[in-house]
Amino acid sequence: MDLIRHALTTVLAFTAFAPPTVDARPLRNGGKLLLANGISSLEGASGGGLTPWAVIAGNETSDGMGLSAHGTVVEVKDYDYQSAGAAIGWRDRVEISYAHQDFNTNEIGLALGLGKDYAFSQDVIGAKLRVAGDLVYDALPAIAMGVQYKKNNNATIVRAIGAQHDEGVDYYASVSRLFLSRSILLSGTARLTKANQLGILGFGGDKHDSYSLQFEGSAAWQLSRKLAVGGEYRSKPDNLGIAREDDWFDGFVAYAVNRHVTASVAYVDLGSIATVKNQRGVFLQLQAAF
Amino acid sequence: MSILLSLFLLQAAPVAAPNAMPGEEIVEPYTVDNRNAGAVPFTGDGMAKAFHGQDGIRRIVDRMVDTNFADPVIGEIFANQDKVRLKRTIFEQFCYILNAGCSYTGRDMATAHKDMGVQKADMNRLVEVLQGAMTAEDVDFQAQNRFLSKLAPMRREVLQK
Repeated sequence: MDLIRHALTTVLAFTAFAPPTVDARPLRNGGKLLLANGISSLEGASGGGLTPWAVIAGNETSDGMGLSAHGTVVEVKDYDYQSAGAAIGWRDRVEISYAHQDFNTNEIGLALGLGKDYAFSQDVIGAKLRVAGDLVYDALPAIAMGVQYKKNNNATIVRAIGAQHDEGVDYYASVSRLFLSRSILLSGTARLTKANQLGILGFGGDKHDSYSLQFEGSAAWQLSRKLAVGGEYRSKPDNLGIAREDDWFDGFVAYAVNRHVTASVAYVDLGSIATVKNQRGVFLQLQAAF
Repeated sequence: MSILLSLFLLQAAPVAAPNAMPGEEIVEPYTVDNRNAGAVPFTGDGMAKAFHGQDGIRRIVDRMVDTNFADPVIGEIFANQDKVRLKRTIFEQFCYILNAGCSYTGRDMATAHKDMGVQKADMNRLVEVLQGAMTAEDVDFQAQNRFLSKLAPMRREVLQK
């Protein structure tokens, strides 16, 4: 409960910093450039697939309000992962997101003594504030700060494998820029976290139970108005004695089917998960945004 | 005789202000300066070639302006604008920035867009229309973005304050 209160306080503190809008004009929704809202990351924040960007969910500009919803499937060698979620964007400034994640252990569940098809699940509530800049137009790149409150739904099991908590809060800051002169988008995120495998294996561990600073990045090349290809990296903590945790990589293609739908496909390398190495496979996502 | 009369009349008439060309509406006097274009031009002839020279730039600008006037989102903003002047000055601006051999004689971006009520969504719509016009001219997408990188910083001047 303390963590929830802490997360909420942080969110409120963030939103208090949002400049007051004295704009008498009515809200005007829509109007973002194609692909400029990014896709939905695994934890629900707008960005790349593995990491948030300093962009705000939805198609709105600073004159309106936007919405997005997504479904994601990741199939790696031994595990299946699904997540679904939604996000609200307010004046291209504040983003509130929710994602529910399911992680199925399939056959590995037996080997781990959890039973075949044992599934972990987690809920993530996120808030992000774009504090300055712009992805495309202004002198400063887009700069955002965010929090993610995560609640793992398998408390007994994650504690049994060495996690110290079944809930946690991540704090992050992102800087993102589309360099038009090169058609290249670069984004970097620094994250303070205790999460084991996003939190799906709980928070903190027997090896290490304090926050660690992790780095995440995306690079994308825009091939047309509708199409971008790129790669991502995400460093991870390694808190659990029984299961080494590796950094993540992907190579992706994102396609704006139309103004409202973005389809993404990626090849992901998630390394070792819950003692089983070489978890490589495919990431698929459909996102709708308004 | 009539030719002589015309010549006489031309000589007698006051020198036309450079601010508006024949067929254009009068605008408030301003100082003509390439810096009004709002961007430092590209060097070399690569971008001019990518846009198929002045002919290509003229086709892009004509298509863009015509599309803007007919557009359901931003047509309203253009409804009261001088289309003849707009096509000329935007052509000059693009031609100047693309280093295709023109001077820009129009107004600066803040003055030209004053009180037009342009919002960010309008600006993004304009970019889409321009992208459509550049694509119709078969301008390579990377060159399109290079050009847009010169226009993007102007948004600050163009938006309604």
